[in-house]
Amino acid sequence: MLVFTLRRLLLAIPTLLAISLIIFLLVDFAPGSPMSEIPLTVPPEVRQKMIAALGADQPVFVRYLLWLRQFFWVEPATLFDGWFGTDLAGGEQRILSWQSRSPVFTIIGQRVPQTLIVVGTAYLVGVLIALPIGIYSAYKQYSWFDQFGTLFAMIGFSVPTFFTGTLFIIIFAVYLGWFPTKYDTMLQVTDWPSFVKQLRQMTLPVMTLGLANAAAISRYMRSSMLENMGQDYVRTARAKGMPERTVVLKHVLRNSLIPVVTVIALGIPSIFGGAIITENLFGVNGIGAALILAIHSSDLPMVQTLTFIFAALIVLFNLIADILYGLLDPRIRYD
Amino acid sequence: MRVKSALLGAAATLVLGTAAWADRGSDGDLKITFPQAVSILNPYLSQGTKDVYGASLVLEPLAGIDDQGGLFAKLAVEIPTVENGGISADLTTITWKLKPDMKWSDGSPVTADDAVFTAAYCMDPAGGCAQLSKFDSVKSVEAVDASTIKVTFTGPKPFPYTAFVGAQSPLLQKAQFAACQGAAAPTCTDANNMPIGTGPFTVTAFTVNDTVVLAANANFRDPAKPAFATAVIKGGGDAESSARAVMQTGEFDYAWNTQIPPDSQKAMADAGKGVFVSAFATTTERIEINLTDPSADLPEGERSTAAHPHPFLTDIKVRQALSMAIDRQALSDVGYGAAGMPTCNIIPAPADWASDNTTCLKQDLEGAKALLEEAGWKAGADGIREKDGKKLHILYQTTVNPVRQDFQALIKDWWTSIGVDVELKAIDPSVFFGGDAGSPDTYLKFYADVEMFANNSDTVDPEPFLAQYQCSHAPSPANQWQGDNINRFCDPAYEAKFAELTKTTDVAARQAIAKTLNDMVTKDSTIVIVLVNRGSLSAHANSLGGVIINPWDTQFWNVADWTRLK
Repeated sequence: MLVFTLRRLLLAIPTLLAISLIIFLLVDFAPGSPMSEIPLTVPPEVRQKMIAALGADQPVFVRYLLWLRQFFWVEPATLFDGWFGTDLAGGEQRILSWQSRSPVFTIIGQRVPQTLIVVGTAYLVGVLIALPIGIYSAYKQYSWFDQFGTLFAMIGFSVPTFFTGTLFIIIFAVYLGWFPTKYDTMLQVTDWPSFVKQLRQMTLPVMTLGLANAAAISRYMRSSMLENMGQDYVRTARAKGMPERTVVLKHVLRNSLIPVVTVIALGIPSIFGGAIITENLFGVNGIGAALILAIHSSDLPMVQTLTFIFAALIVLFNLIADILYGLLDPRIRYD
Repeated sequence: MRVKSALLGAAATLVLGTAAWADRGSDGDLKITFPQAVSILNPYLSQGTKDVYGASLVLEPLAGIDDQGGLFAKLAVEIPTVENGGISADLTTITWKLKPDMKWSDGSPVTADDAVFTAAYCMDPAGGCAQLSKFDSVKSVEAVDASTIKVTFTGPKPFPYTAFVGAQSPLLQKAQFAACQGAAAPTCTDANNMPIGTGPFTVTAFTVNDTVVLAANANFRDPAKPAFATAVIKGGGDAESSARAVMQTGEFDYAWNTQIPPDSQKAMADAGKGVFVSAFATTTERIEINLTDPSADLPEGERSTAAHPHPFLTDIKVRQALSMAIDRQALSDVGYGAAGMPTCNIIPAPADWASDNTTCLKQDLEGAKALLEEAGWKAGADGIREKDGKKLHILYQTTVNPVRQDFQALIKDWWTSIGVDVELKAIDPSVFFGGDAGSPDTYLKFYADVEMFANNSDTVDPEPFLAQYQCSHAPSPANQWQGDNINRFCDPAYEAKFAELTKTTDVAARQAIAKTLNDMVTKDSTIVIVLVNRGSLSAHANSLGGVIINPWDTQFWNVADWTRLK
């Protein structure tokens, strides 16, 4: 197991380097210019000077090597300096966003907590709703509850979040006036009223995302349960006279959870990736909103750094899921 | 005119001054929302209006521009003119006097050195200053004494109110930005995000591309203002959600740039929580005509250059026919509602500067057909006109934008009905406006017969804007396609008249010349088919008082006077 893990980790290094180069080239070749948002009244020669000041006129490989150095040396060194008061980075230029001229990692640091709170809660809520629905739907296959669960899953699957989100806003914010439509990212939870405020402003985005998450996971849970329900060991358990509750929740559920846990683990990187549409819709300043904004304004350093971090997370969680598999299922061995 | 507008400005501040009863900080929290979030609060490094507007609550110039397009003093004692001796008789210098005892929000005094530094900061060749054109033809900026700033130009400058005028060119504090000049400019994150200013508010917290939190400036020069104790600018989402947050849910007091379709405007206004306000400056949606041949058969580097005149758009009758076939009122109603007005002029405002040219407003399909007949274009078997075996085929490009696609569809219908074959193309705005010399799809390269977008004059005096139609400004491979005369218009008469404008100082005479120049590119030659004068549409809650929308400067030009109506 340890050898397997080490081998996979070593293999991840060239993979990630290749990914970073491909992303860099893709982002660079994408059409658009960091100057496309400035007003037309700014004369062309001033635009050229602004591009030169950003360093955006350098050849692509020079910018790639600079980015590599900044990402793998300057940024960790700056972080280390911040913790221990050393001077490893020596005031070297950090990765700066072209749009805001702020260090990219400062922006990410500001945004990750927001994404984790909102998207993470939505994921948790989604899982908590999905598991019981999946279990009961499978147990009472083709009952009205199962039909209803299927309908719910279909809606969650097929209706895009920009639609459900807007629908929720119109129903719950405009007509009923229960929840705000814009997320106040500066809100500090210090006492009961501010906690209630936080809950209220989280409700709509969490509902929107939770519906989509729950839909997918409940289907996995249901099908995995159904597969196990017909197995011989279930008949044996019943024949031994075990109560139905023990049969379903102990024997069937445990075995059915193995693939579902993998699916849930593989979905975790997407929490860090944020929810581009939902975050934008409700004004949550998460990572997803940052990414789409950076893409719109051709903010290459920001797009590059974010997508690379997503790539690294996906590689990492794939590895974790593989290891989890081995731990959960004794039949799977890597050595 | 200058004195008049200065007086008007002074009168306006006086009236507003007496109207605002509230004490500083007595009206609680002012909540503003922008569809695009603020990225940086230093307008010299900004890439968009959102940043300039956000910064205008904090940073101030020497003089601002009021809602009528006139100048009024902000940090300066008065507007310098030739009459009051502030502008030298040869028009090469302008001397500003700072108001006495002005303080930055940190309590230190505002001095002429801060202005000198600001000019050096923006004019530094390595800084990439976005507002460099405000310092165009500035030779030097000196501090005559602690409160006197003298700007010297390289030659006579009839309109010297560029540097330190308007929200795009405010004063920076030298002490805060001293280490941030030139190549170091972008590295000063704290200074760029939380600049120290003289305006009614100071920044207390800033998250990039999201929220700016502000508090009343304890050192603001008027002890009774601003009425609001705190303010917040929340950005993100889109125009629709911004408008909704003010007009329907009432979560916010003011939303800038709520450009939404006319039917949504009505539905939201009916909710009764707020009002839409619009102001018209010089932004016009127009169709630009390519006077050179964009044909793909030409070798790269010769397409859309003066070497190959356009096969039929060089014929004024064709251009006029295209213009006559358009119903501008219908376009304005469909696309912009309250935020649009049909117009024929590239300089549609202020009234003193706008030509009285309105002939284009009436659609005349029959007249257009007759003109094409006259020009020798006869309808072929398929209804499309042709001449010498060549079809009247037009490639019409614009950016991806729902309103523009509506316009394209409507105009295509009208043009098809007069026998013109129209091919439509929509390009991603970041490519179209990106100015990348390697891309074939930029508005500058103009590899199409006609293209549509909006442009505006940045200043009340349109001289810098009218400069673009000079022959030498045409984009071409020689200047890496960087030029703003995208029509490739070359008319010696225009050049001569423009040269006259640069030498004329009398305001009335300048207005007359500007009107002539406007007519030369619109009704006389129809190289620009102006469609709609687009206003800036914003929304504010019914409970917010003191809002006077200003199309010439930041919409927060008088934010110090805003109050909560009780």
